Amino acid sequence: MADTPLIELIDIKKQFGPVIALNGVSVSVMPGECHCLLGDNGAGKSTFIKTMAGVHKPTSGEIRMNGEKINFANPRDAMTAGVATVYQDLAMIPLMSVTRNFWMGREPRKGWGPFQFLDMEKANQVTLDEMRRMGINLREPDQAVGTLSGGERQTVAIARAVYFGAKVLILDEPTSALGVRQTANVLATIDRVRKTGVGIIFITHNVRHAMAVGDRFTVLNRGKTLGTARKGELKPEELQDMMAGGAELAELSSSLGGTI
Amino acid sequence: MVEQPSGVAAADERIQRQSALRRAFVRPELGAMTGTVLVFIYFAVVAGGTGMFAADGIMNWGVVSAQFVIIAVGACLLMIAGEFDLSVGSMIGFAGIVIALLSVHLGWPMWASIIAAFIVAMLIGMANGYLVIKTGLPSFIVTLASLYILRGLTIYFSIATTRQTIIGGVREAAEGDWLAPLFGGKILGFIFTWLADMGLIATFQAGNRAGQPVVDGIPMLMVWALALIVFGHILLTRTRFGNWIYAAGGDAKAARYVGVPVNRVKIAMFVFSAFCATVFATCQVMEFGSAAADRGLLKEFEAIIAVVIGGALLTGGYGSVIGAALGALIFGVVQQGLFFAGVESSLFRVFLGVILLFAVILNTYIRRLITGER
Repeated sequence: MADTPLIELIDIKKQFGPVIALNGVSVSVMPGECHCLLGDNGAGKSTFIKTMAGVHKPTSGEIRMNGEKINFANPRDAMTAGVATVYQDLAMIPLMSVTRNFWMGREPRKGWGPFQFLDMEKANQVTLDEMRRMGINLREPDQAVGTLSGGERQTVAIARAVYFGAKVLILDEPTSALGVRQTANVLATIDRVRKTGVGIIFITHNVRHAMAVGDRFTVLNRGKTLGTARKGELKPEELQDMMAGGAELAELSSSLGGTI
Repeated sequence: MVEQPSGVAAADERIQRQSALRRAFVRPELGAMTGTVLVFIYFAVVAGGTGMFAADGIMNWGVVSAQFVIIAVGACLLMIAGEFDLSVGSMIGFAGIVIALLSVHLGWPMWASIIAAFIVAMLIGMANGYLVIKTGLPSFIVTLASLYILRGLTIYFSIATTRQTIIGGVREAAEGDWLAPLFGGKILGFIFTWLADMGLIATFQAGNRAGQPVVDGIPMLMVWALALIVFGHILLTRTRFGNWIYAAGGDAKAARYVGVPVNRVKIAMFVFSAFCATVFATCQVMEFGSAAADRGLLKEFEAIIAVVIGGALLTGGYGSVIGAALGALIFGVVQQGLFFAGVESSLFRVFLGVILLFAVILNTYIRRLITGER
């Protein structure tokens, strides 16, 4: 593993008027690493990833890519720099075909001047190949995304981001709406992508999903980092406690027979 | 659904389930194609002997269908981009009056009047789109406002300048103009003369046109209709911009997120809708030789109905230009066919309502098939 992180966010603070959403959060991700960002609802996960994706500008703090300070003016900037975000529900358009979704916004064309037409042959072929690499065998690239399962849709979105040169991939709760089998498929995809050297930031509030693929874990609570741990340094129960703010959850959990 | 052990198996299982019939079913044009065939069979049976399918009969419903096609293509692309334009009908009246006022009343050359009408109408279309984007209001409401504003202005300008709502003398003003024949002319006349000489189509038996064929050429209106179908179909299915039209209507947020300029696409489609309305208006003004402030009444709804019969979803993101054109054809054939068949013409509206209802129900069902909703 290289020494310089792909992306590094240092002491990020973000205020919306009087509300302090982030109060000093630091996270970094190495090439080929999966860094899990855990936190309960309202912990500041969304604000944080939106800062990373160029949607919000931090009030203070620094973002570095490959060791160099960088400012994202807008999401396009972040994408150009190689930071891609896959949002849980905004990834795909169900009525459009897999190919058309895959290339949306970056459609390949051939021809010249005003007579540039879609290169559907190339688009279909690349889509088929990329999906096969992710373990999904499409027979027809023109089938509607609506016919795919939730996990497969996430996979198409991930494959798309990787194909278009993502170096850092931010996954916003990719597993939260999925069934057991589909979750396993998405986690397998994450593992596959990580092995190609892409850095992954995996946002979740499910400790077991995080444990399955994470190399490092950072817990956010009330806009602050509660600390970062390497794989094996923490038990799932400890992570869970940190995420929910310890004491109260312990009480709740014991009243539920220790099941959460 | 049974969970499969791997993604590969799951994909195979899903594809087996999708029969060829089902796949044909989810093509947007299918309903309109079936409808077209049924409509033609019906009229071949009930009106086969009335001259509906002779050269002049075909030209009769062909021209009416072509009118519907012109506005349906505009409405179709706009609807796929996720918006409506209810101001199409008023735009037709408005553009017509602009042409007549400028050319007849102010004495501008016809070509300048036509170009001015196009520019003004497209600017209004752009304003419609801009308002929809900026306010975030449904385009239904914004263009409903333009429907009233434009119609009112049309009548006002017409009365304030000429004291009447019909402005004639356009044909005389268009005499010798280079641009006017592009909308009011006819082409391929020699073919029809030849066909008449061969005895393949009828000729006038009496009057000052005796001996001339009953159809003396393809009106430019039809040429425009065909050209717009081809343009719209290629734009939608074969270009990057077409993919953006689908994306903007399918899910604007998801499209924006991957960098599709959704606002620009939507505004462009409003402008295109205004363009189509102006083509309609110009052809009509050239044909009648006059403009009237009440032209284009209810055309906005007829355009939307044709598009829906053509398989487009009212919610955007799905549809086809070919389907919309077939919807327009059904429209024209039935409207004129009922006349040939001697059926009370008010029943046309009953038919419209019924077929619209059927089409919407069918489309909603097809949408469920595609997206897998239950």
